Amino acid sequence: MVLLLAAVSFITFMLFQLGPSDPAAAACGQECTPERVAEARVALGMDQPFFVQYIDYMRGLFSSRMIGAPGAQTLCEWPCLGKSFQTNENVADIIGRSLPYTFSMAIGALVLWTITGVGLGLLAALRKGSPVDKFIVGAASVGVSLPIPVTGLFLLLLFVNQLHLLPFTTNEINSPFGPQGPGAWVANYLLPWIALAVLFSASYIRVTRTNMIDTFGEDFIRTARAKGLAPRTVTFKHGVRAGITPVVTMLGMDIGLLLGGAVLTEQIFSVPGLGFTAVHAAISGDLPVTMAITMLAAFFVIVANVLVDLAYAAIDPRVRLQ
Amino acid sequence: MLATAWLRIRRSKIALLSLCVVVAIMLFAILAPALSAMSGNDPFTSNTSPEVLDDFQTPGLPLPGYMYPSAEHWLGVEPGLGRDLFARLAYGGQVSLTIALLSTAVSVVLGTVLGAAAGYFGGKTDAIISRIMDLFLAFPHLLLVLSLTPILQSRLRDTPLGEGSFLPMASLVIILGFFGWAYLARIVRGQVLSLREREFVEAARSFGASHMSVLFRQIIPNVMGVVLVYATMLIPTNISAEAALSFLGVGVRDPTSSWGQMLNAAQSGNWYLSDPWFLVVPGVMLIITVLAFNLLGDAVRDALDPKASRH
Repeated sequence: MVLLLAAVSFITFMLFQLGPSDPAAAACGQECTPERVAEARVALGMDQPFFVQYIDYMRGLFSSRMIGAPGAQTLCEWPCLGKSFQTNENVADIIGRSLPYTFSMAIGALVLWTITGVGLGLLAALRKGSPVDKFIVGAASVGVSLPIPVTGLFLLLLFVNQLHLLPFTTNEINSPFGPQGPGAWVANYLLPWIALAVLFSASYIRVTRTNMIDTFGEDFIRTARAKGLAPRTVTFKHGVRAGITPVVTMLGMDIGLLLGGAVLTEQIFSVPGLGFTAVHAAISGDLPVTMAITMLAAFFVIVANVLVDLAYAAIDPRVRLQ
Repeated sequence: MLATAWLRIRRSKIALLSLCVVVAIMLFAILAPALSAMSGNDPFTSNTSPEVLDDFQTPGLPLPGYMYPSAEHWLGVEPGLGRDLFARLAYGGQVSLTIALLSTAVSVVLGTVLGAAAGYFGGKTDAIISRIMDLFLAFPHLLLVLSLTPILQSRLRDTPLGEGSFLPMASLVIILGFFGWAYLARIVRGQVLSLREREFVEAARSFGASHMSVLFRQIIPNVMGVVLVYATMLIPTNISAEAALSFLGVGVRDPTSSWGQMLNAAQSGNWYLSDPWFLVVPGVMLIITVLAFNLLGDAVRDALDPKASRH
């Protein structure tokens, strides 16, 4: 895992440093002269060999370091991920400020789509072939085909602009424990949660349904039924426990992905989380910010993968035996 | 195998319907110039005269006669610039679908060749390619694609690919294609691992066929079913990705139109709040297209997957 993390950080660094025609030109902005580009190159350490740049950057993860041109260096405090080209702010601070918004987005959407996705998928599997099943499967097919920009904007149009049921999202609320209370937090994030949950729960319905149908056809379920166990016990204690593992894999991956910022949803609802910050940094060429967010997001995905493997053993008794 | 698959597709109503819709959408995009000429409009001419756009209450908002479909403007006009929406939707379809199809082609070629090579050669080749696949799968796609697109665009600007409206299209094809192959490669690799032990491969080898010839003549044709299924499913993903990137402002930009760019235009300046039709046109078009491709993909998978016949 550490190796994968190192590889991801190295490749991201390489893509971002070697990719642009000139990060120095991007750093120095609009009123640029050749001399200022040259200064910027030195200030960014770009006169150094590539590997030295990378090692320098990674050193910032473990201690504070000085960055900038010799003679005009400033302290970049730990954890140092460089400084924004736009505001000269420490990138770690920008990320720290964005994280609560992204967490708020992720947690509610997660709860919403897990409950609806797994619940409806299970219901469809138990009633396989019935009209209920067909309706749920149909709805899931439509659900996976709804692009977030379209759903998000339609939701805003309908619930905020036309029906006036919910307020436009504000930047002031980023936790249920703030001064406005949990009610305002839910009202603020409800639409983004729904926009995300529609798309995600559709694929959870499909995966849950397929796996539960497969599991219910297995021998150990028949054995459990033959032993005379209550149908409820067979379904939940035996069936769901064994059939849910692929859903847990998906869940782990999606949590990891979502913590890296729900780019589209944050943009549509103007929630200044990691994704929103990344979009604006990408458009304005603020390389240190986009690079750091990409690395962090990849980090979340990798850690989520490891946690998923650990969760397997806890859920599925068959994994423990191996 | 393909004949039975085609028979199964023909027997399913949903599959046939989605196939028809896909063909219709393709024709709509291909015939964009002819169709817009028929309506007497083009996607770039703006008309901001006070007869078309409101000048008082909400400056730029199309007047009732121009906001919605009419004989003159089949889908009404855009707020702000007063360009014909039907022409923009049709031409935008060309751009969106071209990007989606070409980037899918790039991913499919990369994924098939690399996946087959990893599975067939095994050993070090497999180890290297598999690690690269893991890496690609670990990256948060949208974020990376989003941040790399402007970088790639600045790189391509001085090359033949970087001319005018061609630049965003080329960069999206490259980026989406380059980041979409890993999943397919993993599936192809798994298939090839079992294929290479089969007798016909051994037979071809014993006749003295080279590894390359076995790989391209024996192995790859045998995984085409899986590749086809995955390709049909990748197309709607790439249509959504184009829409997402253009919507975020890093893809196709005005005056070139694409369905994502139209969504972006609807959101910018909050036009969609005063003129919801402006959002409905590209939004519904996108949903129908993605849905039709998804259903078609499901049908192709059911038709080609031997497991499907058991149920």
